Order: sequence, then C-alpha cells, then structure tokens
Amino acid sequence: MTSEEARQLIRSVLHQVAPEADMDDVGEGETLQEALDLDSIDFLNFVIGLNEETGLEIPERDYPQLSTVGGCVTYLTSTR
Amino acid sequence: MPSLGADMEAGTVSQWLVKVGDEVHRGDVVAVVETEKSTIEVEIFESGTIAEILVPPGERVPVGAVLAHVTSGTGHAASTVPSAPAATPAVLPAPVVTAAHAATVDAAISPPAPVARRSTVHSPVLRHLAQELGVDLVTLTGSGPGGAVTRADVEKAAGRGGDGTRRRGRATGKPKSVPPAELQPVTRVSSSPLARRKAADLGIDLSAVRGTGPHGSVIERDVQLAAAPALPEKAGPGTTVADDRAAAMRRAIGALMARSKREIPHYYLSTTIDLTAAAAWLEQANIERPVTARLVLPVLLLKATALAVGRVPEMNGFMTDDAFHPSEAVHVGVAVSLRTGGVIAPAIHDTGGLSLDELMTALKDLVGRARAGVLRSSEMSDPTITVTNLGDLGVEAVFGVIYPPQVALVGFGRVTEQPWAHDGMLGIRPCVTATLSADHRVSDGHRGARFLTEINRLLQEPEKL
Repeated sequence: MTSEEARQLIRSVLHQVAPEADMDDVGEGETLQEALDLDSIDFLNFVIGLNEETGLEIPERDYPQLSTVGGCVTYLTSTR
Repeated sequence: MPSLGADMEAGTVSQWLVKVGDEVHRGDVVAVVETEKSTIEVEIFESGTIAEILVPPGERVPVGAVLAHVTSGTGHAASTVPSAPAATPAVLPAPVVTAAHAATVDAAISPPAPVARRSTVHSPVLRHLAQELGVDLVTLTGSGPGGAVTRADVEKAAGRGGDGTRRRGRATGKPKSVPPAELQPVTRVSSSPLARRKAADLGIDLSAVRGTGPHGSVIERDVQLAAAPALPEKAGPGTTVADDRAAAMRRAIGALMARSKREIPHYYLSTTIDLTAAAAWLEQANIERPVTARLVLPVLLLKATALAVGRVPEMNGFMTDDAFHPSEAVHVGVAVSLRTGGVIAPAIHDTGGLSLDELMTALKDLVGRARAGVLRSSEMSDPTITVTNLGDLGVEAVFGVIYPPQVALVGFGRVTEQPWAHDGMLGIRPCVTATLSADHRVSDGHRGARFLTEINRLLQEPEKL
C-alpha cells in the first residue's frame, strides 16, 4: 500500500465513523481523537474499519501508533 | 403521542410505517416521530390491528394526543398483551374490541416493573404536569381509553387549551415548522424523514439506496453511505435544518436541566477508583478477541453501575408525585454526545442482565443510532438512572445534572495514571474518578457513598462482571 492509498483509506474509514467530522481540518500530526472528537467506541469502529478494508488484525497494543493520520499512514504502509 | 423523554412536550409524526388493517405486535415500530432531539421510532405497546390513524404525517401534536386506534385481536394476538396488566390496567382494551392508545404511553411502553403500585396509572409526565398546574388527577374524568386521563384533560381542568406547545418555559421555543410537503414520502421507498432530507440535500435517488432500517426502510446512515464517495462538500443546503435542530435541542436541554436544578436537591460525591484489575482483565480479554469483538472500558463501567444499583435501590427509579418509585428493572441511560452539538441519553434495556459482550453490542448500536438520529421510543422513555462518561474528552471528573424524573446520575472521567499507595508501597496505577449526583429527597450521602463504593468493589473483580 502506498502512502497515498493509505491516506485515502484512512479518510474514507474516518468518514464512515464520524460523518459529521471535517477531515480537512485535521493536521498530519494531530491526535485524531481530539481533532475529530472521537470517543473510545468511535476509535474502535475506526480500527474495525481499517481491519475490514485491509484484513490487518490490529492488536490493541498498537493503538497508540494509530493516534494520528501520520501514524496511521506509517503503520499501514509498513505492516504490509 | 408518547413521551419520549422528560423534556418532550410535543412531537411531529413524520411517517407511518403501518396502514389501516395492518396487524401489529407489541414492540413493532409503527411510526416515526420527530422531536427537538431526535428522530424516534415509536413502538406499539399492544398487539392487534390498526383500526384508524388519527394524526397524519406532518402534524405536530402534544404528548398524550391519540395517534391511532388499535383493535385488539383475539387468540394469540391477545395473549401477547398480558405483560401490560400489572402496570396499565387503565389502558387495557376491553376483552372484545375498543381502542388502546397513547394517552399513557409512558407507563404502557415501559415494562411493568417500575411503578406498579398506584391506584390509577398516569404517566410520570402527566403527573408532573398535573402537579405543576395544580390539578388533582383523582378528581378528573379521563377522556382516554378506559377512562384514562390524558394531557388534554389535565390542561382542560387547569383552564388551559390542549395545545401542549405553549406550556411552561416554552414561550420562546417556537414550534419547529416544517413544510408538510417535505414530510410526505416522496417515493414508494420506505425511508426516514432524515434520510429523505439528506437524500434531497445530496441529490441521491432514494429508490437506489439499500435500506438497513426497520422493514428495510432507508435511514439517514444508508443515504450517508450511498453518498460517501460524493461528499467532499461541507455545509450544504442542509445547514439550516441542522442549525434549527441544534437550536431546538439546546432549548430542550436547557428547559430540562433548569427544571432539574430547580426541583432536585442534588448532592454530589466523588471517589477515585483503582482500575488496575479492570484494565488488566480488559487487555487480556481483548488479546483473545478479533478486532470486531473487542470490549471498551465503558462497558465495564456501565455493567458495574447497573449491578451496584441492586445493592442501593434508592438510586434507580423515578421521583414523581412527590414520592420515589423505585424501579425493579435497571435500564441505564447512556449520555451520548452528538457531534453536531447536544447530548441525548437513551437507555440500554436491562443493562445488568446483559453479558459484557451483549452490552458492548448494545452500546455500539445505541451510540451509532443516537448519532444517526434514529432511536426507539422505549429507549427514550425508560432510563432509570444515567451514566455519563466524559473520559474520552480528557476531563478527570464530571458532576452531572440529574435527568428528571430520575434520581441519580453517575459520571466517569478520564483514566489517568496516578501515584497510588497499595499494600504499603507506592506505585503507578490507572485510575478513574467516579462521581455521583443524587437526589436528596430520595437518599443521603451515606447511601450515595455506599453506591459508589459498591461500583468500586465490582470493578475490582472484573471477571465477575
């Protein structure tokens, strides 16, 4: 997966999780949960969405790596 | 028109999902109603056949107004009714026919347990209204089914019109006027009003959308998903509707919270709970689970709260008629913040009786639907105690305002690592601050403390939750 593909994927999954949220305002290094007002269930749904799209079984201990868009991109592009 | 939350005065029927002649069963979703807060799927509380629909789509009517007549069937249909008698003798249909309807839906929709022992059954809302207007319910002749007293009866007795929209505190709250045309089903596709609006905003053909709502009807989320690829634009023409709704919701919340602070003598308690055991258990449980079946900490907090109520029943029930009516059933209301602003606290039914997995499923479903604006009537009217969890937003503690007529609200803050003395040693442990706001008319700090202590105790043995 290229980082552009990863970015697209993250965007689309986040949009499903929080349709009201505006992704354009989220900086690369900003914490998603704060920037998009995600609660723990939203975040779990985000991880489930990534899992469904990529097949990756993302363990809970990796959650911290997914806290920013940049982190997610790195995670998705390096795990595959 | 059922009372879908204590802050509701009136509602707009936006859609009927049944027609005259349809057979319905207790619990079926028969209509969609819009309130200031949400779009709500109204469940019927009797089985039978729809005999007459009295309120057309688009009409706004006060709580207590009769929406439709149901003819109760014989045989198996009638046999599904018996769960009602204990709580609602007044609205039971006569053996053969007659109507059963929404006059006291609040009581009728709820399971029989909560407030069974009263001579005549009136909904909490009705009793509150009567009390507020100085009307003695006992002396009233009801015009509802089985002589049940309706809101209109109370207002008539108090020398007021039956127009529930101009009641207390609502002088500034203009009823939201929606052009009726917008509320008519536009195609044969069964769809929620929100979905139709959304579809119109986004230029989506509803008939091309796969519905996941009740009876395959198209709900907002479906439209949202159908539109997902084509939704780069923000702030479309729908903004006005959303803004109206946000303003109406703000007023509704304001009115209810003002009433709470005016009427309920709150007391507040706080305690810090060591979550080492709970967090470790959760981590272990989740390692073994696929990502779709993982649990989140709030599930443990909800379950512990529901179980603790068993030891301290003064926290669970309704304060009506100046008397506390404890509820045997525990339906924990979960405060869900909406991203568009506002908060809504629908119930998870029988919270304590669900396994953690079931509770997780129920919570995910409830939060999703609350945010999509599609809730069930019973979820709105049933909460017996509320839990608010602001931990994800980073605050350490929340001292909440009780939702009348409930008598307690439990708040959880953020899980933080704290220096913690344990067995004479100082260590770093994950902790959460649990708070209780409770009604002094029903309990004292001593009992409240017992309640929080019980929650703490339960969270120390997460494997038993």
